[in-house]
Amino acid sequence: MNISVLKFDAVIVGAGGAGLRSAIQLSEAGLKTAVLSKVFPTRSHTVAAQGGVAASLGNSEEDNWRWHMYDTVKGSDWLGDQDAIEYMCKKAVEVVVDLEHYGMPFDRTDDGKIYQRPFGGHMSNFGEKPVRRSCAAADRTGHAMLHAMYQRNVKANTQFFVEWMALDLIRDSEGAVVGISALEMETGNIVIFHARAVIFATGGSGRIFASSTNAFINTGDGLGMAARAGIPLEDMEFWQFHPTGVAGAGVLITEGVRGEGGILRNADKERFMERYAPNAKDLASRDVVSRAMTTEIKEGRGCGPSKDYVLLDITHLDPATIMKRLPGIREISIQFAGVDPIKEPIPVVPTCHYQMGGIPTNFAGRVAVPDGRGGDRIVPGFYAAGECACASVHGANRLGTNSLLDLLVFGKSAGDSAVEDLKDGEAHRTLPADAQDVARSRIAALDARKGGTSVYEARQAISRTMQDHAGVFRFEDLLKQGVARILEVEKMAHNLEIQDKSKVWNTARVEALETENLIEVAKATMISAEARKESRGAHVRDDAPDTPEFPNGRNDKDWLKHTLWFRDGNRIEYKPVCLTPLTVEPVELKTRSY
Amino acid sequence: MEPLDAAALSRLRWRCTRRAMLEMDLLLGEFLDKKFPSLSPEDQAAFVELADYEDIKLWPWVSGQEECEDARLAPVVVMLRCQTNGAQRRRDMP
Repeated sequence: MNISVLKFDAVIVGAGGAGLRSAIQLSEAGLKTAVLSKVFPTRSHTVAAQGGVAASLGNSEEDNWRWHMYDTVKGSDWLGDQDAIEYMCKKAVEVVVDLEHYGMPFDRTDDGKIYQRPFGGHMSNFGEKPVRRSCAAADRTGHAMLHAMYQRNVKANTQFFVEWMALDLIRDSEGAVVGISALEMETGNIVIFHARAVIFATGGSGRIFASSTNAFINTGDGLGMAARAGIPLEDMEFWQFHPTGVAGAGVLITEGVRGEGGILRNADKERFMERYAPNAKDLASRDVVSRAMTTEIKEGRGCGPSKDYVLLDITHLDPATIMKRLPGIREISIQFAGVDPIKEPIPVVPTCHYQMGGIPTNFAGRVAVPDGRGGDRIVPGFYAAGECACASVHGANRLGTNSLLDLLVFGKSAGDSAVEDLKDGEAHRTLPADAQDVARSRIAALDARKGGTSVYEARQAISRTMQDHAGVFRFEDLLKQGVARILEVEKMAHNLEIQDKSKVWNTARVEALETENLIEVAKATMISAEARKESRGAHVRDDAPDTPEFPNGRNDKDWLKHTLWFRDGNRIEYKPVCLTPLTVEPVELKTRSY
Repeated sequence: MEPLDAAALSRLRWRCTRRAMLEMDLLLGEFLDKKFPSLSPEDQAAFVELADYEDIKLWPWVSGQEECEDARLAPVVVMLRCQTNGAQRRRDMP
């Protein structure tokens, strides 16, 4: 069977916020642009971003992008690149105004300006006091953003390929990216998209963890494709967690439950937070609570048959209070934990939420890899933006409302860079002669395999291993075992067998392909986390505690550097953090405290 | 509604388990496996229609924060709201 080849100027993989934003730049520049997505664009996981988008508009009180930059560098625990952070914070106003022009229904002040509200970690005057910086559209900011940008793309003639799964990057002999292979689910056909520019906007990969707030769609497809094509993944040890997700399901239980008097208990029914935080107890900060929960579970005081969760108890509260002050919590507990919280405590675990690392890019959205001489080189034809990319602006820890800002700013810059790179009108580079065979062979191998592992089994093994060995609080022995274990699990993930061999709408095949992406992200995370022998931001190790020499366990002397994991041989390299902003003085290193 | 053929059922499964919100992946996926096969043709048709709604509309209905006013869809919304088998779901996670 011949594989058909479709020719575009640019192909974007992913139709969430970053993909749609870059598509606008390309299509409005008159370039023939395709966007591929596993789902209809307005059903992307960007919808789950409710909080808003940070921009120092100064509509409600004085604000300044320099203050936003300071907050972001500090939030990143100084691992964020200061050139990219300056670029993002300066550009924030422009991308919010763009959205306004696209018809985004922002909340308004009485005099018609965009209303802004405060959000954790965003301060005025270099960390002095909270500032109103977040622009929102009620509690559906991400959703409204997708709708506005989708309409703009339709107007600009962007071509959408909906319910398509990208398979692999295609690089030529010089390493330039010349297209992708993809699977149309409705027909089962494999098609090659031959392009002068490929932009990855595939979102996060939170499904590598057993407990994750991420929707099922977040399987790290872009990261898997990049890794298989020889592109390293940057800072993959850094994942943001929330302390109270429903065990097994991952659905978030709001912090408000503890605010209203909810108590965390271990298997002995003990209120264990009294030991870890005698004053704040259950209301201690997210990281303190998450670490205490993990310690209880690790030391055998977890609940349930596998002793792998703790309990959030509100049975002592008046049912009327629960119904009035915590609307929806009873329904969520019944639906997702199978317990009525008025009668029984809710099983909870620290739950993965956001991936700080990803495909290494510069602030122009161009993918950049080590040149072998201590510097970076651009991969021609390849761009990435949003959660799948690492610019890096979030460093070791992301501030709330900076994720929507990231996908807008770098979606736009990746699109602009591609427009710039294509403006000389050069012809498409030639596809490698074996491009069609390579695309076909991966599916053929999957279809032909007998006696392999089921997708369900492999996914369980990946997510269990990651949760148990590389969760929110990390231990040297568990990480070392975790590296060995994930390399065993990798064999399962490369030996998948599917029962359904049909061509049309074969979701088992797609899930197997997703699993082959998940395992790459899982390896990158485990190996990078084991290697980084310090605590920084979201990467917290038991053997790198808070000491006078290393406050918060952070060791700038040895570890102020980005991790790069290469799939080939699971090799790790490091590259320096950019400490020189574009136009302003650097934010000097100091201990991160709030 | 005519019974769905294998391809149509697979497409429905994809649309139920690759959604914007995790909550809806969990609820619709489980409902499709456990309840959908035994629904009346009318309720099956209503579920197929609901699966095409955006999560931002569907979630307030199935979490009990809003009532669905459409008489055809409302019975299925109530069934979705009443799923309580969280422990089973923990074993079935992909």
